Amino acid sequence: MKITIADVDHVAMLARLRFDEDQKAGMAEQLSRIVEYVEKLNELDTGDVSPMAHAVPLRNVLRDDEVRPSLDPEEALRNAPDREGDFFRVPRILESE
Amino acid sequence: MPERAKVSTAWAAEAAGGPGPAQDGGAGAVACASEFEPVIGLEVHVELSTKSKLFCGCQAAFNAPPNSHTCPVCLGLPGVLPVLNRKAVEFGIKTALALNCEVASFSKFDRKNYFYPDLPKNYQISQYDLPLGTNGYVDVSVDGGMRRVRIKRVHLEEDAGKSVHESGTITGSSFSLEDYNRTGVPLLEIVSEPDLRSPEEAYAYLSMLRSILRYLDVSDCKMEEGSLRCDANISVKPKGSSALGTPIELKNLNSFRAVEKALAYEFRRQAEILARGERVTRETRHWDESRQVTVLMRRKEEADDYRYFPEPDLVPLEIDEAWVAEVRSTLPELPGVRHERFIREYGLPAYDAAILTESKDLADYFEAAVAAYGGDAKAVSNWVMGELARLMNATGTDIRDVRVAPTALAAMLKMIDDGTISGKIAKTVFEEMFATGKEPRQVVAEKGLVQIADEGELARIVDEVIAENRDVADEVRAGKDRAITFLVGQVMKKTRGRANPQAVNRLLRERLSSG
Ligand SMILES: [Zn+2]
Repeated sequence: MKITIADVDHVAMLARLRFDEDQKAGMAEQLSRIVEYVEKLNELDTGDVSPMAHAVPLRNVLRDDEVRPSLDPEEALRNAPDREGDFFRVPRILESE
Repeated sequence: MPERAKVSTAWAAEAAGGPGPAQDGGAGAVACASEFEPVIGLEVHVELSTKSKLFCGCQAAFNAPPNSHTCPVCLGLPGVLPVLNRKAVEFGIKTALALNCEVASFSKFDRKNYFYPDLPKNYQISQYDLPLGTNGYVDVSVDGGMRRVRIKRVHLEEDAGKSVHESGTITGSSFSLEDYNRTGVPLLEIVSEPDLRSPEEAYAYLSMLRSILRYLDVSDCKMEEGSLRCDANISVKPKGSSALGTPIELKNLNSFRAVEKALAYEFRRQAEILARGERVTRETRHWDESRQVTVLMRRKEEADDYRYFPEPDLVPLEIDEAWVAEVRSTLPELPGVRHERFIREYGLPAYDAAILTESKDLADYFEAAVAAYGGDAKAVSNWVMGELARLMNATGTDIRDVRVAPTALAAMLKMIDDGTISGKIAKTVFEEMFATGKEPRQVVAEKGLVQIADEGELARIVDEVIAENRDVADEVRAGKDRAITFLVGQVMKKTRGRANPQAVNRLLRERLSSG
């Protein structure tokens, strides 16, 4: 499968990444190679294999509804790039147009 | 998913006042609306009332200081593992069963990927192709009968945090503040099929759904606190046509009334567009409560791309029949069934039965009072729906906090029946019981409210009143029968309501006809 510049634009938009035109061409090239590599799997006959929901053969790993101690707000905010009081402060959410 | 999350950067500028229907909804609008009908479906999110969050042990608390209930799991820090809360799954199964859904024997969680700062992981753990419950229904009584509203799916997911915008609105703010206490609180998403045919039906469905969820005790369903949220889809088509119109998604519906009003507004708006021969464009609209209009939030040119994939950190769920049976055995009698039984068993009018069974606690109260009273159930219903409801509303008291025990109400009704107090005095007695929690006998004794049983004493008071009101008495003697009401009133006043009005009436007539 060939990844086009339009595909790159779409994925970049979803990932909130920005590339210039040269980078996009390189990205399309590299992504195409990766997808082609994965396509090798199509050579296998998986007609008899049921789809898998998880790689680990475990089911129903559950915990009881018990409250455990939370972090102190000071601790929770320690890695925050910015804060105001005990809130995480984040940049503008919507660009006004 | 939580409503705030589906926001793109393409926020349109219609909030400033774009085109819309005339607000007055004049005769023209009504005429054109009558040729069309709306097709409505609701997407409801309820916060489950578990003690801890869905995937970590943080307390699921409302109104706590910001960021005081977080941990590495719900903050989305690297290297942590979520572990599913059994209670949340059981609440989900319980709800699915109550909504007549098929419970999945195999279910799993998926990652829904999008960027929004109230979601620190940049994905929400939700359920995509294998939800807990599918293909259910709720019967809702609507104008002119019963409407069966099909339930498409019921699934579990985690809630997002809360954003506080610097300037109060999201568009005008240069930054926002995030509180992650709510992040990871279990949510149940309940999606109906587009089976509702009017804003009133949507309101009735939402009421029934809330009633069921409260009976199940899985959520407190407080829309004003956000523990119940509702988005609506509405399209409009010519009446009788089977072709569906373009669906519009409505958001920011913060009360039951807002749901009804926004749908009514949107129905008119779309009907007017169609009546002009134009087409409705697919978009998400926002209910502006202060202006009572819907405004464009964003157009939906392309489908959302959330790149769902199975959550690798959580193993699948297998829900066997034994587990389902165990949960099924905890189901209470649900409001619809109880409503029918109240009509059948107590001979109540449908109206009484509907009001009494809307809340489980109120219905329990009623039944306990009827059992203790043993008399006419309608008399109990009248007191519960009348005086009790009035005092609860006036004082903002929840039925759970009412100080009058059902047995005390029953005792008071017996005192009316045996003539100890009059029905009129009973209201005073009940008010005192409501305020103090005292037994009716105690209130009656303390306030001297026992009905005057001694005919001689009553006759003396009647004579006094006649003597004090000679003019009126003469009018009655002269045949002006209505004037007797005044005299009865005077006797009641003198006895502070302790007289039996029928006896007073009789005594007055005896005296005034012989005079
Ligand atoms: Zn946590």
